[in-house]
Amino acid sequence: MSADTDVEVLRRQGRIVVVGASLAGLRAAETLREQGFTGSLTVIGDEPYEPYDRPPLSKQALLGRARPEDTALPRRRDIDAVWRLGVAAEGLDRDAKQVRLANGDTVAYDRLLITTGTRARPWIHPEEAGLDGVFVLRTRDDSARLCRKLTGGVSRVLVIGAGFTGSEVASACRELGLEVTVAERGPAPLVGALGGVVGAVADRLQRRHGVDLRCGISVTALEGDYVGRLRRAHLSDGSAIDVDVAVVSLGAVRNTEWLAGSGLAAGPRGIACDAGCRVFDVNGIVTDDIYAAGDVARSPHPLFDYQFLSLEHWGNAVEQAEIAAHNMICAGPDRRPHLWLPMFWSSQFGVNIKSVGVPPLGDQLVVAQGTLGEERFVAVYGYRGRVIAAASFDGAKWLGFYQQQIESGAPFPPEYRTVDRRTETLEPVDPAFPDPHLPTHGPTVTLTGHSPSERRIKFVPSHA
Amino acid sequence: MRLVVDLNRCQGFAQCVFLAPDVFSLHGEEALLFSPRFDETQRDRVEKAAAACPVQAILVDYSDEPTKGAEPHVG
Repeated sequence: MSADTDVEVLRRQGRIVVVGASLAGLRAAETLREQGFTGSLTVIGDEPYEPYDRPPLSKQALLGRARPEDTALPRRRDIDAVWRLGVAAEGLDRDAKQVRLANGDTVAYDRLLITTGTRARPWIHPEEAGLDGVFVLRTRDDSARLCRKLTGGVSRVLVIGAGFTGSEVASACRELGLEVTVAERGPAPLVGALGGVVGAVADRLQRRHGVDLRCGISVTALEGDYVGRLRRAHLSDGSAIDVDVAVVSLGAVRNTEWLAGSGLAAGPRGIACDAGCRVFDVNGIVTDDIYAAGDVARSPHPLFDYQFLSLEHWGNAVEQAEIAAHNMICAGPDRRPHLWLPMFWSSQFGVNIKSVGVPPLGDQLVVAQGTLGEERFVAVYGYRGRVIAAASFDGAKWLGFYQQQIESGAPFPPEYRTVDRRTETLEPVDPAFPDPHLPTHGPTVTLTGHSPSERRIKFVPSHA
Repeated sequence: MRLVVDLNRCQGFAQCVFLAPDVFSLHGEEALLFSPRFDETQRDRVEKAAAACPVQAILVDYSDEPTKGAEPHVG
């Protein structure tokens, strides 16, 4: 039987299992049906809910403009799937081609798609994390619990970590009229994702909106009272603040533990896959029946030195899921690469922040439009003489242009004339990214592969 | 009835805000907030808003029941 016949049989009566019932899982399932897959489709999710949208959970949901339980994602078509919800996948047996579930069931597959995503990084001390009043914000339930707490008469909120989620929570708290302290280990908010130059703007923005922002500080301990309610937080500068709510916003942890022992190249940095979303095993051999997409995947990208990119981005989840689904059910020459340009947004303190490309790769920065002082600008990041990323504060309409610049490897510093340019800011500066080895909240784009400048291994033939 | 906006595409044209102000609103100059769920009374407006979006960033699902088999089935 030829490979093409195999693909035909798979499309007609194969068994496809998707582990991870979120944005990526749903869009993949829709794409499979869209492209004519008529076999059996099973979607497994550890939460008891159908796939829902996360971005509103830290924005309009906290402001009371939408209920966390109303964020179920719209469907593009009927996917005729068997849903296994409220039960986590616990193991993978590649020899038997089975996924093992937490309740002991097994689900057999011909093709497997892993979209298990990430979870919130918990507070470092489990006992303190268990105090009443200590929250993380990742799931629908997290958001519902935090909303109830914030509207229930709290006096001061502590946000630990000023990445995007932490900053959005702080913004919502101020809008609700709550006193909020933000503790950030790095020198400025958003510094891991956008660097210190843009971070300084976020810093001013937070302070101007009444946030008690403390940078270069970490929280050393959370203290509860005799009934286990959060009362006080101790900081690394020796001070303490009285708080009854702490929102731990220290970035995300990839959900790959369930793959331990499966022989797949899966670990804390995600699941390594090729540009076609096919997962590698630990020997670097590509599998042909297991695919990954969304936050949990990392794959090489030619625009960024073929380094492995892992993206916690909404648009990436959609796009990568569609590519993975397409590739799962077609023959080799018809497969497509996932070469999406990283892109994300955040809204906080009434400002729309957007980014395209990979800012943390940047070694230089110019403000091509607007000025940092007006909090309305486009910052363009360069890497070795070409444009590698752009970030805007209230300048979304320009980013399509910068997307083209990045995709075409345009030279940096930019030579073109732009609208609303101020000549005094066109001198390239260091974007001031912190040493990536220092722990902070972490960027939403992570370069997890090699860096060509780091040549650590050299091959020397013995007969030379 | 539910909707989602691809905010990567959204450039803050605000056509949706004019056409369906109860569902879409701007926060500041250009940050869009939306209600992920809406009811029959908003249907017409949401349809117009989705059609008018210059970057076609609004995805709408007019059905109201949960995804078949996805709720409240557990296990």
